[in-house]
Amino acid sequence: MVFDAIIERAGLADIHDKVRSGERLSTDDGLRLYASDDLPILGYLANIVRERLSADATYYVRNQHINYTNVCNKLCKFCSFYVKPKDERGYVLDPEQVAQRVRDYAEMPITEIHMVGGVNPKLPYNYYIDVLSAMKEARPEAHLKAFTMIEVAQIQRIANKPLEEVFADMKAAGLESLPGGGAEVFSDRVQGDLFWTKADSEDWLHIAATAHRSGLPSNATMLYGHIENTEEKVYHLTRLREVQDETNGFLAYIPLSFHPERTELEDLPGPTGCLDLKEIAVGRLMLDNFPHVKTFWIMNTIEISQTALWYGADDIDGTVMDYEITRRSFDETEQRLSQREFLDRIVEAGRRPVERDSLYNLVGDSALAAAGG
Amino acid sequence: MIEDIAEKVYAGERIGVDDARRLYAHPNLAELGMLAHWVRLQRHPEPIVTYNIGRNINYTNVCWVKCDFCAFYRKPGSDEGYVLPNEQIFAKIDELVAFGGEEPKSCEILMQGGLNPKLRLDYYEDLLSSIRERYPQVQAHCLSATEIIYIAHLSKLSLEETIRRLHEAGLDSIPGAGAEILVDAVRDIIGFRKDRTQEWLDVHRIAHALGMRTTATMMYGHVETIDQRIEHLQLLRDLQDEKGGFTAFITWNFQPDHTDLGADGKRWNGAKATGFDHLRTVAIARLFLDNIDHFQASWVTQGPKIAQVSLRYGIDDFGSTMLEENVVSAAGTSHLGEMTLDTMERLIRDAGFEPKRRDTRYRRVGAPTIHPPQSEVALS
Repeated sequence: MVFDAIIERAGLADIHDKVRSGERLSTDDGLRLYASDDLPILGYLANIVRERLSADATYYVRNQHINYTNVCNKLCKFCSFYVKPKDERGYVLDPEQVAQRVRDYAEMPITEIHMVGGVNPKLPYNYYIDVLSAMKEARPEAHLKAFTMIEVAQIQRIANKPLEEVFADMKAAGLESLPGGGAEVFSDRVQGDLFWTKADSEDWLHIAATAHRSGLPSNATMLYGHIENTEEKVYHLTRLREVQDETNGFLAYIPLSFHPERTELEDLPGPTGCLDLKEIAVGRLMLDNFPHVKTFWIMNTIEISQTALWYGADDIDGTVMDYEITRRSFDETEQRLSQREFLDRIVEAGRRPVERDSLYNLVGDSALAAAGG
Repeated sequence: MIEDIAEKVYAGERIGVDDARRLYAHPNLAELGMLAHWVRLQRHPEPIVTYNIGRNINYTNVCWVKCDFCAFYRKPGSDEGYVLPNEQIFAKIDELVAFGGEEPKSCEILMQGGLNPKLRLDYYEDLLSSIRERYPQVQAHCLSATEIIYIAHLSKLSLEETIRRLHEAGLDSIPGAGAEILVDAVRDIIGFRKDRTQEWLDVHRIAHALGMRTTATMMYGHVETIDQRIEHLQLLRDLQDEKGGFTAFITWNFQPDHTDLGADGKRWNGAKATGFDHLRTVAIARLFLDNIDHFQASWVTQGPKIAQVSLRYGIDDFGSTMLEENVVSAAGTSHLGEMTLDTMERLIRDAGFEPKRRDTRYRRVGAPTIHPPQSEVALS
């Protein structure tokens, strides 16, 4: 086998064997994968895992993004979205305004509402519960995915009651899952420099695990391409994998490509295309217990995301209709892609587009096709 | 699925047209990359990616050919038409050599223009010889098959005589522009007044016979089929077997903005070729064109991310720093301002290679002491 021989010459035969037999990769394996420049080999290895789990399917969801406030007291250096409390550019959508945003999309065939915001210290506990209820009422059939672990930490602080009770309240109001943002990189060193006011790594993981145990699945992210190092990234992936062993509540892993434009770190060059693909591949290989790896094309570019379908990604988040957090740092035109163009990209890459809901159940034509109809 | 082709590649055997078809139908991009990089390593085992210091100069935008995929030209008689005075061309070269240094033939000018009925052989001989006289550090990598055919026609000379005289005047090498897709049925649709397939090949064949080096190109992603892309590659491979004068292959996709073809829904399906297609195309080209040494990235059309990734798909050269570029940029490509030599070097290093400067003949030359600023579109 030629491909075996090429991998062997690249010194990755032992990892190849482990991947083929489904054996878990070690921290050292993770470091070696990151150290490898043989990008297509990383893709080849990651694709073995990807096809074992999802065959040729590429999942996508039709969702609406809502950002309820841009006011944030966390002052993260990598963020171009937030404004400080008292800044006149700050906004908060009240529950009725959020419900109106939902109703504005009533004609669109969406199945999920994705809502996150800043950590706004002025908002009372009831606000969060009321927003969830208002959205649920506006569109009962849509799946509500809201609040990063960082926002949950703040909500619990003002609720002043155990996390389990907070999650029970939110579930009762309509919350069904959590996005995976705010994880950044699990490193005290990076946190100390870039996001020192936020919940730390173990807090993030504890909140995620508690959500999972409360019946709320979530995603997990990693923000790469700033000041982190390889050891920190491998540690991040390893900790996610450990928590997933305990809870099995993570649906997808989403590596997030850092965009320095208009942040305090704008002098950094930002991640390259090779790094974008490497993060997808190494994530897929290390997180053997995560069912899905998602490429977020708004940050990766559609060109890289399409290529990533051969580097371990089985999910493209792309039919995003309204996303304010990144719009601040991107040219608007870069965010537009018609549904047709999006599906064509998946097909061109030799993959089968599958519309899913938030929990990876098949939707619409995909469900019909699966039923043979 | 492609194991038999992989075996051929691994053993250093030539692949056939049918193999190329199957590779195009094989979606596993990572496998194509692994094979293409394998071939690249057999030819260039050192972990080096080269680049050159150069500038595109467009001496005239006047052109009567009116190719429908072009947004750069102006018709003869247009108020927006220009021919750059020689002094202005020299000023542009002065800017280039300020960065490029003094080594002989180390700085590349890629000078091309439209088919301007007012410009005869004597104009070119005069311009090229004065560049050679003034700038020993410059390689005149100029004109294109299309321009040369037209100059021969206007001057009522044979192609061979025309090329010989241009070469004697100072034309060092010829870029592969104008190849587009070397299939007449395609040329009929996208630029029917342009030279035919055999004419393009003849210019390069004659130049090679005169001892000149040229490059080969392919512009894909318009009206051609995959089979026609492969036919194109086959013609290039055959000529290279015959003459061996191509130094490099460069491919990029049709840029539709502000072009007649881009606006014509009857001829063009409106889908600009993707980065996925680009990586697949460069990998297959590397596998098929087993007799061409160097493959250049096309960062102007692909942008920094895909251009960098292409270094792992058979590409061994990042191309020119392009202090100036006007033609592709006229068709809406926006990546020009994103690239500086510093960025180029960072992308090359991040992909696992050492950047090294080369000249047009791919000989190593000393890196510039002062880095040029980012590329721009000229105002004139």
